[in-house]
Amino acid sequence: MNFGFPSFPEAASEYAKQVDWLYAYLNIVTTFFTVGIIIAIIIFSIVFARKSEEDRPKGIHGSVPLEIFWSVIPFLLCLVMFVWGTDLHFQNSKAPADSMEFLVTGKQWMWKVQHPNGKREINDLHVPAGTPVKLTMTSEDVIHSYYIPSMRIKRDTVPGRYTEIWFEAIEPGTHHILCTEFCGTEHSRMIGTLTVMAPADYQEWAGSGAMGDITVASKDDSGPMLSVVEQGKAVFTETGCAVCHIGGGPAQLGPSLEGVFGTEEELIDGTKVLVDEDYIRESILNPAAKIVKGYQPVMPPYVGQIPEEKMMQLIAYIKSLAEESTANEGEI
Amino acid sequence: MSEAVTAKNYLNHESTIKSWLLTVDHKRIGVMYLISIIVFFTIGSFAAALFRLELMTPDANILQHETYNKLFTMHGVVMIFFFLVPSVPAVLGNFLLPLMLGTKDVAFPRLNLASWYLFMTGGMLALGAVILGGIDTGWTFYTPYSSTYANGNVIMAAFGVFVTGFSSILTGLNFVVTIHKMRAPGLNWFKLPLFVWAQYATSIIMVLGTPVIAITMVLIILERGLGIGIFNPALGGDPVLFQHLFWFYSHPAVYIMILPGFGVISEVIACFSRKRIFGYEFIALSSLAIAFIGFFVWGHHLFVSSQSIYAGMIFSILSFTVGIPTAIKIFNWVATLYGGSIKMTTPMIYALGFIGLFLVGGLTGLYLATLAIDVHLHDTYFVVAHFHYVMVGGMVFAWLCGLHFWWPKMFGVMYNEAAAKVAAITIFIGFNLTFFPQFILGYMGMPRRYHTYPEEWQVLHVLSTAGATVLAFGFTVFFITMFVSLFGKKDAGRNPWQATGLEWTHADSPPDPHNFLEDPKVTIRYAYDYEDESLYAEEGKEG
Repeated sequence: MNFGFPSFPEAASEYAKQVDWLYAYLNIVTTFFTVGIIIAIIIFSIVFARKSEEDRPKGIHGSVPLEIFWSVIPFLLCLVMFVWGTDLHFQNSKAPADSMEFLVTGKQWMWKVQHPNGKREINDLHVPAGTPVKLTMTSEDVIHSYYIPSMRIKRDTVPGRYTEIWFEAIEPGTHHILCTEFCGTEHSRMIGTLTVMAPADYQEWAGSGAMGDITVASKDDSGPMLSVVEQGKAVFTETGCAVCHIGGGPAQLGPSLEGVFGTEEELIDGTKVLVDEDYIRESILNPAAKIVKGYQPVMPPYVGQIPEEKMMQLIAYIKSLAEESTANEGEI
Repeated sequence: MSEAVTAKNYLNHESTIKSWLLTVDHKRIGVMYLISIIVFFTIGSFAAALFRLELMTPDANILQHETYNKLFTMHGVVMIFFFLVPSVPAVLGNFLLPLMLGTKDVAFPRLNLASWYLFMTGGMLALGAVILGGIDTGWTFYTPYSSTYANGNVIMAAFGVFVTGFSSILTGLNFVVTIHKMRAPGLNWFKLPLFVWAQYATSIIMVLGTPVIAITMVLIILERGLGIGIFNPALGGDPVLFQHLFWFYSHPAVYIMILPGFGVISEVIACFSRKRIFGYEFIALSSLAIAFIGFFVWGHHLFVSSQSIYAGMIFSILSFTVGIPTAIKIFNWVATLYGGSIKMTTPMIYALGFIGLFLVGGLTGLYLATLAIDVHLHDTYFVVAHFHYVMVGGMVFAWLCGLHFWWPKMFGVMYNEAAAKVAAITIFIGFNLTFFPQFILGYMGMPRRYHTYPEEWQVLHVLSTAGATVLAFGFTVFFITMFVSLFGKKDAGRNPWQATGLEWTHADSPPDPHNFLEDPKVTIRYAYDYEDESLYAEEGKEG
């Protein structure tokens, strides 16, 4: 490792470079004011040093034009920071539709990752260069925070809900992954390495071997590698979701899950809710919280029965049902 | 002044321990706070020294993870709740407010004593939690870690913070009433010293904000002790709700920790420029503006917490807005220097040091208000550095500045100026060396609260630890200088700096137990009327 005097982190994505430009603007503005004011203080201290104890300088009451001047100018400079920073943040807040979706689960004190094709790893993350990578994240216990300094991105992983970040690495290389929300005794050990690979190398790496060499892997992992969606389908079947939620016949007890992800559902109280990851999660764990119009609250709660990682696979499968149905519509 | 009168003062008119512990004299209570917070400051500093030493190497050498986590928690809890919050309001505020207002005491002297006992009870609970095994939640007590997963005496520490909160609330209430009702005849609002304005703004935040943290601590205790689900999603709670409640108090609380400092700086800059403060009304009202806007910026602590991006946008612009009244103060202080008669005494060195450091602290706040930049910097050393520039470079400098300025008034003695200046300059250099490298570390990505770290960041950590050593030396010189001065001759005189303000012009040093021998009447044209010749004549008469 480089043991010189480090001063600036690598910028490994286009977004990171854009953040650095904004950072440069802030550095220029703040350095200008810091240096300017300190110089003014030094000059005044010398020029107006007390010459005699008899000095009685004339007081100045103040000046409204000056007050306005030095309120408005800094405010305008701040407004640029605000607009620029917000715009950049908004642009980066939603992953592109064609992103590869990785699942990340934080746990004291490790990151558990699953690749789209089902491969797993712990702490480390391997991704292809030049491809947008989206991480859908949650936590099994306390709040953690997934941070990749060289991508300038960070997001808390919160138990009980899903958060996401995304990045697109420019070229192969290795970078730090750090947990930045204090999570207990071995917080500073909750780190890993992001390895960006050439796409072909990634394909080879991800397709090789078993599903991963990790201890928390479930019994499914001994078999052939299944993708996240396939594993989610298995969970869907095992748990018996299909009985009520697939088919769409009149006797069906629950709303059909085909094509529902990303749409709005009307609830019995007339309000509308967007079907996203958090809504599906809640409806599985605590179905009575939001009842879709036209249905009875008959579904039993699944609290404590589906581990976080399986839940994410399940949701990935339900999401895929929506993608299939839109694809089918396209064909018709 | 006759000899008999100057001989009797608030320090020596009674000397039993009981007369101190049961005193309702605001000046004695101020001194009791001073001694208490110096003890807390020392404890907090030793914790910092220990983990700063550990951080010289990337690996764990002298501490275990658990111990490291307990040390930074102890440092944060002790320094924030038991040093910074009371540093200026409870010590200098208590001592000076009635003197500056020309009254005998605060509005509710017994309540004032009760506040000190609440403060000490809270402090003992928090220290007890440390002695009985410690806590490792960080001073921020984030859930569900603190409420479910953390080891140690979270309940006891949270209860300590809860109890201490009442000390803040009652002190704030006391000050608000005192400022409204007990000003000397002729002392209208716009003739008040700016120190009083700053205390007033601070007190309002204390009264309105502190109950929220008190309730939040109770909720943690309920969840941890009784398993009532409030924050833990496994119990049906919302972990991010805690962050909203916590920062709803704790962001305004950083204004509790800095506004009183602004008050001190205004007094000192005016005195040693020998010139009325430039833009008095703007400085006075900007304190109130900061207190008000400060209540609407808490969400900038939640930019990466899963809070909606639109909420993030609103909190971002509001956070920039609170910077403007702060900028106004700095420009006015610098403008006050212009055309003045500047004397570089120790308090003035601290005051100008304050402006420089607070400038860096304040301007780096802009980085953290900018959404895209904050996402990168959130929970890194950049935040640690920013916070210390504001809290140490700002508030601790202001506290030191105020102590040096009013020391002759409080104890009737003058310290050795040369030694005090050496301490001031050493602290300034040590502070910058400690914390400036942490800005660079932060942008590199070094997370806060890390016991071990990637080795390429070691150089900057070594620099920081070296700076902390210089800082520790500076503080040692400061403590020795001040302590030694107490045994010197009590000949500081009533107004050694030739300052305006009733505490200088109408009260002895140290003041009489009842502050003034006759009730002051205020005839000044405006605050800081340094052109008033009688100010200098008075001192001439005594000398």
